[in-house]
Amino acid sequence: MEYLLLIIQALVMILAAPLLAGYIRKLKNDLRMRKGAGVLQNYRNLSKLLKKDRMRSTQCSWIFNAAPYLVFSVMAFACALVPAVPGMLRSVGIGDFLLLAFLFAFARFFTALAGLDAGSAFGGMGSSREMFISSFAEPALILAVFAAGLSAGTMDFATAGALGMPSLSVILAASAVFLVALAESGRIPIDNHETHLELTMIHEAMVLEYSGSHLALIEWSSGVKQILLLSFLAWIIPPYAGVAGGGADEFAVAVAVYVTKLLALGALVALTEVSMAKMRLLRASDFLGFAFSLAAFALVAFSLGW
Amino acid sequence: MSYSLVHDPLSIFFLIVIAVVSIPSLVHAVGYLKGHGRAEKNRVFWALCAIFVASMAAVVSSGNLLFFLFAWEAMSLASYLLVVFDHEDEGALRAGTVYAIMTHAGTACIIAAFMILYNHAGTMEISQLKSACASMPDSSKNLVFVLLLAGFGAKAGIVPLHVWLPLAHPQAPSPVSSMMSGVMVKTAIYGFLRFNVQILGSGPAWWGGLVLVLASVSCLIGVIYALMEHDLKRLLAYSSVENIGIILLGIGAGMVFEGMGLPALAVLAMTAGLFHLANHAVFKGLLFLCAGNIYKATGLRNIEELGGLAKRMPWTAGAFLAGAMAISAIPPFNGFVSEWLTFQAFFLGAMNATDGAVILFGLLAAVLAFTGGLAAYTFVKAYGITFLAAPRGKAAASAKESPLSMTIPVISMAVLAGAMGLGSSWLIPIIKNCASCATGIDASGIQLAFNNFSLALPETAGPAISVPFLTLAIAGILLVVLLCARLFTPNTKTRPCITWNCGYYHNDSRNEYTATAFSKPFRLVFGFLLLPFRKKEKEWATRYNVRSFKYEVHTTPIFDKYLYDPLLNLTLVMARYTRRMQTGSIHIYIAYIALAIIVLLIAAGVR
Repeated sequence: MEYLLLIIQALVMILAAPLLAGYIRKLKNDLRMRKGAGVLQNYRNLSKLLKKDRMRSTQCSWIFNAAPYLVFSVMAFACALVPAVPGMLRSVGIGDFLLLAFLFAFARFFTALAGLDAGSAFGGMGSSREMFISSFAEPALILAVFAAGLSAGTMDFATAGALGMPSLSVILAASAVFLVALAESGRIPIDNHETHLELTMIHEAMVLEYSGSHLALIEWSSGVKQILLLSFLAWIIPPYAGVAGGGADEFAVAVAVYVTKLLALGALVALTEVSMAKMRLLRASDFLGFAFSLAAFALVAFSLGW
Repeated sequence: MSYSLVHDPLSIFFLIVIAVVSIPSLVHAVGYLKGHGRAEKNRVFWALCAIFVASMAAVVSSGNLLFFLFAWEAMSLASYLLVVFDHEDEGALRAGTVYAIMTHAGTACIIAAFMILYNHAGTMEISQLKSACASMPDSSKNLVFVLLLAGFGAKAGIVPLHVWLPLAHPQAPSPVSSMMSGVMVKTAIYGFLRFNVQILGSGPAWWGGLVLVLASVSCLIGVIYALMEHDLKRLLAYSSVENIGIILLGIGAGMVFEGMGLPALAVLAMTAGLFHLANHAVFKGLLFLCAGNIYKATGLRNIEELGGLAKRMPWTAGAFLAGAMAISAIPPFNGFVSEWLTFQAFFLGAMNATDGAVILFGLLAAVLAFTGGLAAYTFVKAYGITFLAAPRGKAAASAKESPLSMTIPVISMAVLAGAMGLGSSWLIPIIKNCASCATGIDASGIQLAFNNFSLALPETAGPAISVPFLTLAIAGILLVVLLCARLFTPNTKTRPCITWNCGYYHNDSRNEYTATAFSKPFRLVFGFLLLPFRKKEKEWATRYNVRSFKYEVHTTPIFDKYLYDPLLNLTLVMARYTRRMQTGSIHIYIAYIALAIIVLLIAAGVR
């Protein structure tokens, strides 16, 4: 029964991922006083891409073809890990916060290899920058996950209780995860989704050679990654609404709280993107170092009992 | 001297690791040596390999201190001769010299420590040492601990005693490198576990702390230098330094937990460390053998001149990809499981610890995460530049797949790495026994595997992670995605084209990214540690036209420059100073003899 719930949750998250990305883009456009495309534009983009042919460079190996499918499958699996409603997946022992970080590493590994595969300078540059940034983002993420897990009592999604009262430790850990989420989903100040200029591309550079259904899968996967990170953040930050018993109205309230948190976090991301400029690449390590120190402070706060 | 052997789980575990890595390496050597030199020299190679493997097996199963030393020295000498096997290469002799000096300095520390142990215990039998050492005074125990740490650390490659590793491992022939990196450094960890952990038992808290500090530094320094390398085998050698750091993180955490009175966590941490040891032996051996395949096919170790080998050497490429994924801790390979267990050990330690220790374990987890991220960076670079895109030279363009004797070992080790990951829940209870043997903690009540398919953590109910399940789930989803992609994209084809190059269609390998450029962002950010410097050479055709431009980027080897060179200079200065005693005049020498006799007579008379 829980497995069915898992599959339903995963499907809903996957299908909602373009919608969340569209919502963030619409909000950014509104803030910039522009009309912009609607929230459903991403779905139209995906269906347009599915109708196109796939171009494949003669220099590529099998990794170029395989990467979009592998990355999408791994992200789809990860959607079954993060519970939208805390307490929903109580007895299923698939994995924990750490497995999520490792699955992101899997997706990143193959995307970076695909970037190098086409043999263009853009792809190599994108791969190099992406791996550089992720090597700083991972310690910040894992330390923040540690701090959050310490407050929750365990790192396992299925058995962690709701976090209870928000403590300084949890708030600091959540801020660190937010900064890392900005870096990992390729948002300003680390990367810019909307551009294809050499100086400003990281994720877009790696996938520059993809077209057709391959590109659709890759774009969809990055949307799924974003919704996963924001769901994880929604899991940490207050107010906490979980299902302790099995009541349907409790469940409905929990889902409503989750969706509200997701929309609020999306708004925060949009606000961050329009208020800052993209950082120089070599400053990204400072940015993520700041996230790391926030996570370290979260740990100190936990050890002091705050 | 007695030739007694030890038969406990720890020894047998290491014997299995030795066998699992040596057998494929020696099969690989059959193909590697064809056309590699004169037939008479290759016969010597086999004799040396036999001595090498036999001495390693003797080291991990010897039951007598003297036998241990004998086997240790035989192992060091055999590996020295194998390192300088290709002695026509001038780097080999220097590498061999550095290796010989460092390993003998380490052996000297070990001999000193053994002498102290024998002096106190009165026996050379390892099985009797534990009870005899229980009553050793603390100062002797501390001294023995530090000496053994230095001695075994020199062989294992702990920073700052690691300088021989990146010199010796690349110079040796690839099968030997795989055995040295896969197994020989593990025998040092065996020595550490046997003597420091089992025999000396639990000691003051600073023992575990010192191991953790050295392990963290080794992790970081190893992977940072690995990232900067573009010689494939040096990259793998530095990566071995990093993984020895990860193994010691697990073992050090186990020692700290034992001191804190948390036996379940101590067993968990030790199991994680031992499992990573086995995993590293398998995937590092695999990677070195693949490097051997590449060297035989192209004659090159420099990845800047390789490329496009995935199409020309598909089996080697597949095996290297498996090794790269395993070493970057990508599920479902074995590296992922051991790193996950190490993280869990740190997390549970932080949960059960008080104030300062919480932050310590958090920082250790951050160190491990940073190392893992950089390792992934390194191996994306190593695999991507070597195997993907187009060849960067004629040698790479004309590469052909290696013969069966060289491909079968790498494929089987790649399959083994995957099997160790999938079957980890079956292997972990076995390794738990070895860990309990090493620490002396009874592990029968500690459950680390929920059933044959999932792992559990001590003191938690239910399974924690199931690698077979997640592999099957991802494979199932992959099939569904492929099916849907076929269904939802009718009438589309995959068309071949040329890589987009901003409209310029003269596409050659010069457009591709280079390995040095790939690691440049990191080199700039960590410039304070790596101290990169450039060498530029411009050749002018006329006053305004450049004919050629040569550009080299180097990182400063800080350990060589700031630690070892001053020590060597000091030794040479002192030697030059004392050489003044040797004047060459025989009258002075007779005067020395007379003086020595007078001093001895006075000394004897005073007594």
